[in-house]
Amino acid sequence: MSFDLSPLILTFKLAFVTTLILVVIGIPLAYWVAFTPRKWKYFVEPLISMPLVLPPTVLGFYILLLFSPRSFLGNFLETFFHVKVVFTFLGLVIGSVLFSLPFMVNPIKAGFQSFPKSLMEASYVLGKSKEETLLKVILPNIKPALLTGIIMAFAHTVGEFGVVLMVGGSIPEETRTASIAIFGEVEALNYTNAHFYSGILFLISFAILFILNTINRKTFKII
Amino acid sequence: MIKVKAKKNLITSHGPIRLEVDFQILDKEFTTLFGPSGVGKTTILRMIAGLTDPEEGFIQVDDEVWFDSDRGISRPIQERQISFVFQDYNLFPNMTVWENLEYALKDKKDEYLIDQFLEMVHLAELKNRRPETLSGGQKQRVALIRALLRRPKIFLLDEPLSSLDWELRLKLQDEIIALYNCFKIPTIFVTHDLSEIFKLAHQIFVMEEGKITRSGKPSKIFGEDALSGKFKFVGNILELEREDFLYIVTVQIGNNITKVIATEDESREWQVGDRVLVAAKAFNPLIIKL
Repeated sequence: MSFDLSPLILTFKLAFVTTLILVVIGIPLAYWVAFTPRKWKYFVEPLISMPLVLPPTVLGFYILLLFSPRSFLGNFLETFFHVKVVFTFLGLVIGSVLFSLPFMVNPIKAGFQSFPKSLMEASYVLGKSKEETLLKVILPNIKPALLTGIIMAFAHTVGEFGVVLMVGGSIPEETRTASIAIFGEVEALNYTNAHFYSGILFLISFAILFILNTINRKTFKII
Repeated sequence: MIKVKAKKNLITSHGPIRLEVDFQILDKEFTTLFGPSGVGKTTILRMIAGLTDPEEGFIQVDDEVWFDSDRGISRPIQERQISFVFQDYNLFPNMTVWENLEYALKDKKDEYLIDQFLEMVHLAELKNRRPETLSGGQKQRVALIRALLRRPKIFLLDEPLSSLDWELRLKLQDEIIALYNCFKIPTIFVTHDLSEIFKLAHQIFVMEEGKITRSGKPSKIFGEDALSGKFKFVGNILELEREDFLYIVTVQIGNNITKVIATEDESREWQVGDRVLVAAKAFNPLIIKL
């Protein structure tokens, strides 16, 4: 019996792309939330954390509505850019980025907040801009927080089900990720296949968390 | 010439105070801000540096206005050409000594200065070490030269020696004098240690409760005290020993230990550990039986 590896490949492709995007938007967002004196960050903070408590189906439902060809935005994207979001890989990426946002932003925000302010001031009085201070002083000193954010966002995307199902459906090689493949196989009573995908996800998730803990313990001497 | 005029309400560990100062510092002058903790000394440095803004005030360095509340001017920290030395060093833990210094350079062309400066403070061999492997004195030396590598217009030092032990302090005081003599830029040194003032400062501002209460040369400020002793030192009582009808008091003054005779009446009020002033009058008349 041969196994279809495409759901696994798709899953890791999705996790990789999602994590990459989250690094790019997560760091500035975490920086802003950690340091801005503006009061409306108190509205943004819970919004970022919403996916932690919201059923993934709710998020998926709204993305579906927002980007459906009948909606203004969906229609606009399709007419002018020929971009389809719903039931495509792009849709999965958008859903995953939103859904994994707190896993990236929250650890990094905590890293920023616990970083000594006096070291930032030391950099400013040496004439360095906020950007340069962020890149050369703050980020290198909060590597454990960055690593935690990256790995958690990656692992969480690998294990995602609800949003992916709502937004992507289950189109082979396009939106059929491993977690959805498992669901499909169980429904079709193909337990061997379900075992195959489940076992691999189980092992990989364990390996990721194990490696993360080991790196944190050894490199950064965190117990 | 530096002009500082500033007002700000502060919350200190002793409760709220109103900071209100107005002073000038001439070029090439080494000025000390002296006073107990919580009177606003550090805040003044931070206002000059741009780390804190006064509620109301005016700060001018040479002919540049750095802060003016009336005209809404507040020059960003990065554009004020200052150097700031912190009490707790604030070296960047992710960089080696050399990288810390390189980070401070405004212009890559000044790189040759790094080795020169390291030689000056005898740290050339440690340039590839990380800050956490250095001693307190070494860290503060790195912080001092890192601050000066910027070619600043003002040199601000916020109790830079207060976390070091006494002997190291003396050594670093000499190095600060040497560095100052090299650059001759206006320097403001915050301290609550009297000995540092006499050794370092041309001018002293004494601060109490957010205000400058006295200013002038150190010898003038501290020479006016009432007691007309020829010499006087502050020390701690280490031991009180009875010998016949007199007491011998052992007092530690800095690193020296001295013994002074006291009567029973006098010594009754003292305890080991008390902070005391040891002074001698110009002459002691002696009565000797003929």
